[in-house]
Amino acid sequence: MSEDKKDQLITINVDGKDYEVPPGMNLIQAVEKYAQKEIPHYCYHEKLSVAGNCRMCLVEMGTPMRDRATGEPILDDNGVQKIGWMPKPAIACNSNTSPGLHIKTDSPLVKDCRNGIMEFLLVNHPLDCPICDQAGECRLQEFATEYGRGYSRFIEDKNVKPKRTRLGPRVTLDDERCILCSRCIRFSQEIAKDDVLGFVDRGSYSTLSCYPGKELANNYSLNTVDICPVGALTDTDFRFKMRVWFLKQAKSICTESSVGVNTVVWAREGKIYRITPRQNDGVNDTWMSDSGRRLYNLVESEMRLLAAKFKKDVVTTEKAIEKAVDILKGAKFGIVGNTQSSVEEMAGIQSLAKSHGAPVMFVGHIQEGDDLLISKDATPNTRGALLTGLTKALPYRQRDVVGRNLKKGEMKTLVVFNEDLIEAGVDKSLLEQVDIIYVGSQQNATSEMAKVVIPSQVVFEKAGSFVNQNFRLQKFEACIPAPQGVKSDAAIITSLRAGLGDEDASSSLAKIWESLSSDVKEFEDLSYSRIPDEGVQLDGSRFDQLNYIETGSLHYEAQPELAETA
Amino acid sequence: MERKPLTLAEKTYMPQIVSGLGITFKNMFRKKVTMEYPEVKPPIPEGYRGQPALVKDPDGREKCVSCQLCEFVCPPKAISIIPGSIPEDSEHANVEKAPEEFDIDMLRCIYCGLCEEVCPEEAIFLQDNYSINGLSREELVFNKEKLYDIGGVREDEHFKWKKKKEAEVSGNPHH
Repeated sequence: MSEDKKDQLITINVDGKDYEVPPGMNLIQAVEKYAQKEIPHYCYHEKLSVAGNCRMCLVEMGTPMRDRATGEPILDDNGVQKIGWMPKPAIACNSNTSPGLHIKTDSPLVKDCRNGIMEFLLVNHPLDCPICDQAGECRLQEFATEYGRGYSRFIEDKNVKPKRTRLGPRVTLDDERCILCSRCIRFSQEIAKDDVLGFVDRGSYSTLSCYPGKELANNYSLNTVDICPVGALTDTDFRFKMRVWFLKQAKSICTESSVGVNTVVWAREGKIYRITPRQNDGVNDTWMSDSGRRLYNLVESEMRLLAAKFKKDVVTTEKAIEKAVDILKGAKFGIVGNTQSSVEEMAGIQSLAKSHGAPVMFVGHIQEGDDLLISKDATPNTRGALLTGLTKALPYRQRDVVGRNLKKGEMKTLVVFNEDLIEAGVDKSLLEQVDIIYVGSQQNATSEMAKVVIPSQVVFEKAGSFVNQNFRLQKFEACIPAPQGVKSDAAIITSLRAGLGDEDASSSLAKIWESLSSDVKEFEDLSYSRIPDEGVQLDGSRFDQLNYIETGSLHYEAQPELAETA
Repeated sequence: MERKPLTLAEKTYMPQIVSGLGITFKNMFRKKVTMEYPEVKPPIPEGYRGQPALVKDPDGREKCVSCQLCEFVCPPKAISIIPGSIPEDSEHANVEKAPEEFDIDMLRCIYCGLCEEVCPEEAIFLQDNYSINGLSREELVFNKEKLYDIGGVREDEHFKWKKKKEAEVSGNPHH
C-alpha cells in the first residue's frame, strides 16, 4: 500500500464524523482502518478482485450537492453544502473513497438491509454448527449474531445438496453450506492461476463445481479453505479433528523455502493441528502453500530422533554432549552447517568455528520453485548464513566442498547439523574416515553412521529468527513444548562451546542478539524482542555480487542481470 | 442475681422425668424421619444432578456429534473428547460426526450440569446416581461404552437428523 502522504489525504464522513483518508482507497478498508468500524462482508477479499455478489456491505452513500448547470455548490440554510444521498443503498466493496463522500453504516435502512441479507442467506443454510468445523471462526455465525433477526420465519424444507464432495486431494466441499460468494473461484483464477472452479446451474440449484475431468489439486488449494467465509470448503486433513476454539495460536515462519511465509501454528496440548498463513503484505499477502501446511508432520514423524546415542547405545543428552566434547578436544574438526538453522544458532556455530579454527561447510538444498511462494532455495535462512558470516559463498553453489575438505584428510571429526551428507553426494568411504557428531531432529543415513547423535528440536519447538530472500528478518515463536530430553540447537551448541572452554557461551536469545548487533553491521540496534511481527527489512547490498538462485516470487524480483546466468 | 428457690416438686425431679419420657414415647409411634442408608435409599427428585451419561436416540444412534461444547464448558475439565467421523457406508452417515472417544473423569466431575445445559444435540444427561465408587483412579474415568451403558436410550421426540435424511432421500421438490 502506498504511504499516506499528508497533503494528499481527503476527507470522508462516516456516520457524521470526518476522517482523513487516502483518495481512491477501497471503502471497506478505509472505514476499517481510519474509522475503526467494520462493514460486514462475505465476498469481498482484500487481495482478490471485487465481485459484489453477497450484498452484505450495503451502506448509504451521498456526495456534496452541486448545481448541474453551473457547478456551484448548493448550500442549505446554514450555508453548509447539502449532501445528496442516493435513494438506495450501495455496496461499499465496489466503492472507493472520494472527496466529501458521506456514508452511513448504521442507519435504520442499512440495518434493515443486513437483516434481510442474513435472512436470505440463512434460508437454505443448514443448522450444522455443532458438526461444522468453521464454527467459532464463521462469518455467517458472527454476522447472524450481530445483524440477524435471531429467529427463523422459514417453515418450508431447506434445499438438499451434496454434503461431502471431493474437490481435490486436500479439499472437501459441503455444498449446502456454500453461500456462493465466489472467493474460491476468484482465488483460483487470480492467485493460483489454476482456473478449475466455477458455479453451475442457476438460482437455488447453484453449486460450486470443478471443471469436468479436473480437480482442485494445485499446491495452493487450501487457501480456498482459509478464505471461505463459511464452512463449505474444508481441509480434508483437519476435517472433524478439533474445534478451533481449543487451539492456541503461535506466530511462526514457514521453513519450506527462502520466501519465509508468515504462518500461524494452531496447537492444543502440545499437538499441532493445522498451520495457516498470517497476513504479511511484504512477503506472502494472505496465502501459503499446501506443502508448507504439512510441515508439522516433522514433529511426530517416524524418523524423529528422540534419544541421544553414543556408538549406537542410547545415553542421556548430557552424556552424549560430554562424549562429543571429549572427541572434539584437541582434534581438528570441521562443521557442516545447515541453512535451516536460525540466525541465533548460526551465531553460535560461528563462534564455535572461530574460536577453534574449524571450517564451516554447507551442502545446500535446491528445489523446484513455483514463482509464487516457493523459491528454488529449499531452506529459509541462506541470507542469515551470509549475514552472520558463516559462509561467504552461497551454500548451494559449493556442494562439493565437504568432499574436497575430507579428501585433504586433515579433519578428524565432523560436526553435522541436521544434514544428510550421503544424500548430498558425499562419498561414504570419506565419511567413514572421520568421527561424526550428528546434531539434528531427523534420523538419516548420516545419523546412522555417527559416533555421537544428539537429538534437537524442530522449528515449532524453539524460538528464533530467519532472514528471507528479501533480506527481511522475521522471528518465529515456540508453538509446542519439545519432547523430554530434546534440547534446542542453540542449547546444544552452547554446551559444546562451554565444554570446549568458551567463556561467553550462552543460549539466551537476548545475549546472542547483544553480540549479533555489535558484530554484524546489518543487525545494528536490533534485538530479538525488537523484531516486529511483520519482520524488519535489512540492507542486503553487501551481498549484491552473489549469484542467487531464486527467480521471482510474490514480493521478490530476481536481479535481472544475474537471473539469466542462474 | 438471686435465684428463686426450688419448689418441692422440682426438688424431686419427677415432673421433668415424666414429661421427658412423654416426648420419647410420643416419637416412638410417629413415622421415622431417618433412613438406613445404604440399605434404604432416598427417593431422587426429578431434575436431580447426579452422574452425567451419554444417551442414544430411539433408533440407537449416538446422539453426540462431538461438538466438544461440553468439554469447553466443563469447569473442572472432566470431559475429554476425541472427535471422529461416521463412515460413509454407515446407516447414520448423514450425521457425519460422532465421538471416537468420550471420557468423563468422575473424580473431577462436580455435577454442575453445565454439559447437559450446553449440549445442542441433547446427548448428555445428568442421571440420578450420586454414588460412584471404584478401587482405582483409572476405573473412575468412564469411557464412551460405559457412558452409553449408563445413559441408555432416551425416548424423545427430536428427529432433526432423521428428517434431514428423509429430505436427502426424497430430495428437494425443486430437484
